[in-house]
Amino acid sequence: MQTSTETVIYNRAGQRVVSPDYLLFEAPRTKHFMTGSEAVKEAVKRASVDASVSYPITPQSEAAHLIGELWVEGYVGVYFRGESEFGVMSEIAGCAMAGARTITTTSGPGTLRAFENFPMWAGTRIPVQLVLMARGVNSPLSIQPDNLEVGFLLDTGCMIWYAENAQDLFDMILAGFVVAEQPDVHVPVITVVDGFFVSHTREAVMLPPDDIALPPYNPYKAPMPVIDAEVPPGRFLRDPFVMKSNYISYATHASWQWEVRSAIERSRPYAKHYLRGLVEEFGDPSAELVFVACGTAAAQSKEAVRLLEEEGIKARVIKLKTIRPFPIEELRQAVKGAKYIFVPEFNVVGWLEREVRRYLYGHSDAEVIGAPRVAGGMTMPAEVIVKEVLKLTGKEVKHVI
Amino acid sequence: MSYKIYEINEEFLDVMPQEIKDLQFKATWGNPKRGVMDLPYSKELIEEHSLCAGCPESMALRYILASLPNPEDTIIVNSTGCTSLVFPHIALHTVHSLFGNQNAVASGIKRVLEWRFPDKVKDVVVLAGDGATVDIGLDCTLQSFFRQEKITTICFDNEVYANTGGQESGLTVKGHVFKMAPKGKQWDKVPMWQLAIDSGCHYVARLTVSSPKRVETVIKKAIYVAREVGPTYVHLYTPCILEIGLNSDDGLDEMRQRDKERFAFFEYVSEPAKEVIERKKEEGLL
Repeated sequence: MQTSTETVIYNRAGQRVVSPDYLLFEAPRTKHFMTGSEAVKEAVKRASVDASVSYPITPQSEAAHLIGELWVEGYVGVYFRGESEFGVMSEIAGCAMAGARTITTTSGPGTLRAFENFPMWAGTRIPVQLVLMARGVNSPLSIQPDNLEVGFLLDTGCMIWYAENAQDLFDMILAGFVVAEQPDVHVPVITVVDGFFVSHTREAVMLPPDDIALPPYNPYKAPMPVIDAEVPPGRFLRDPFVMKSNYISYATHASWQWEVRSAIERSRPYAKHYLRGLVEEFGDPSAELVFVACGTAAAQSKEAVRLLEEEGIKARVIKLKTIRPFPIEELRQAVKGAKYIFVPEFNVVGWLEREVRRYLYGHSDAEVIGAPRVAGGMTMPAEVIVKEVLKLTGKEVKHVI
Repeated sequence: MSYKIYEINEEFLDVMPQEIKDLQFKATWGNPKRGVMDLPYSKELIEEHSLCAGCPESMALRYILASLPNPEDTIIVNSTGCTSLVFPHIALHTVHSLFGNQNAVASGIKRVLEWRFPDKVKDVVVLAGDGATVDIGLDCTLQSFFRQEKITTICFDNEVYANTGGQESGLTVKGHVFKMAPKGKQWDKVPMWQLAIDSGCHYVARLTVSSPKRVETVIKKAIYVAREVGPTYVHLYTPCILEIGLNSDDGLDEMRQRDKERFAFFEYVSEPAKEVIERKKEEGLL
């Protein structure tokens, strides 16, 4: 709380600047009923955002419109529509390099059209935030929810966080800037939600007041010099070419790649604090049947735990909030005592199953089952998850059609 | 802006090559009347740069760098290609991000700098080859003109993708045999200067770099107009002597030849741009 001896600071929009901890944990919250897209607007409104560039693609368009409204209202400094996702992610890079706290949104094929930019963002160490409302990418054309594109993004050098619902999304966007902008982190953060399931459905969201906001971004704290011709050191190419064929250039390139990945690792303690842990556990801690999931698959798994309880089967859910960094230790701890690990997913390839297997190899005797898996916009009814479990036990249950 | 940006860390001064030190000690910062006449006494680009011996692009770069009216507050955005190879060899703020997105990156930088520093002049100049400007990056280039971004776009037209080994580009002359056009290019050279006019540029010029003084005037006009009015475009012929089979001392002659034909000097000035140019002339800056 501010006291009379303290100087009250306001951001450019006239909001009172408060600490991230106050905004995220201490400020009184009131209940509002809104879509995921509107939750994005509410987060951006409290984030002292400097710049945003937009391009239409369903289902993220509404969130992008709402950021535009915030620009009109004076909450966002720079806003315009770019020429394509490739153009937008490039413009976003320019905004961030010039010292702006920058956010944009995209979905599905737009993500892939823009793809070349994401490793460039990471390599340039700009703390851009991309809100990804995941959607199908394959032919035949689909605008339906599907999170296959996240599998492509995992190794771009960006942090990947995954929100389960509108509340998660609101809190993660605010925390995302705070963590991404830590000088020892300073890499982009991609905040993912399952498109439509979260972006277009209304739910109760607890919001702090809108006259308080995050402290503005200070580009002079960045580990890479900001491109504004104001502060040394400035004589550099961003980024220097390492194209000469010799061991020094190979080593330079390789060490920079490792540095970007180390930066993601260094985000762990911050993410742990601002997200209240990298995983969330739900259900009976003694259960041998465990669901490992993220996004709405985690929500559906929680529902499945309730159904299974009625059938006398104990189960629990480990929801992953961050995929990059992957909560390795948290997961290994949480699955102790597990016999069966189900990984329900909203994509055809099962990228989360791959990740879970990779990090549990040699650390868990549990059987990992990459199921159920839906794609192309299908929902994942809790009954389908239950059915997968029952296949294992051979038990018939009334909930399953 | 800060001149300190262009200073070498004192502790490194004794190990720095003389050429790099010259970039600092023989620079002509802080003088809007600087120009190509300073070149014999100043240093803009080190001698051991990455371009081929006799490359006209290196001439172009030296003239452009010498002519920037406000180098200490100028950001150069470049793209993948021969141009990008020389940027580690100059002492200016430069950005290389990807291939073809230079005008988009420049748009973001310009808008944020204008917003962060409303009372300061920050020039943003795009400098890229014909492949980046007219082929892979044409969308970003034209859209930045449509959006009236206040940036100067300079295209080094060498009529070929040079850095990747000589493939025909949108600016290759019809019929010319290059790699990936083994039967000769099938369609005409893209008239980019005309596209720039039609897309909303306020100052457009087409020329070779055979005349340094003319390059200086064009660059200054383009930057002053972009600063106050909107997008400007400069199209420079910088032949790839390697790919068209010329000796390293033939570049200047090649440009002088083309001066009289497809790169005959051409200039377009919009009404608002005319006003700026007249005023700058009165101020003695042009």
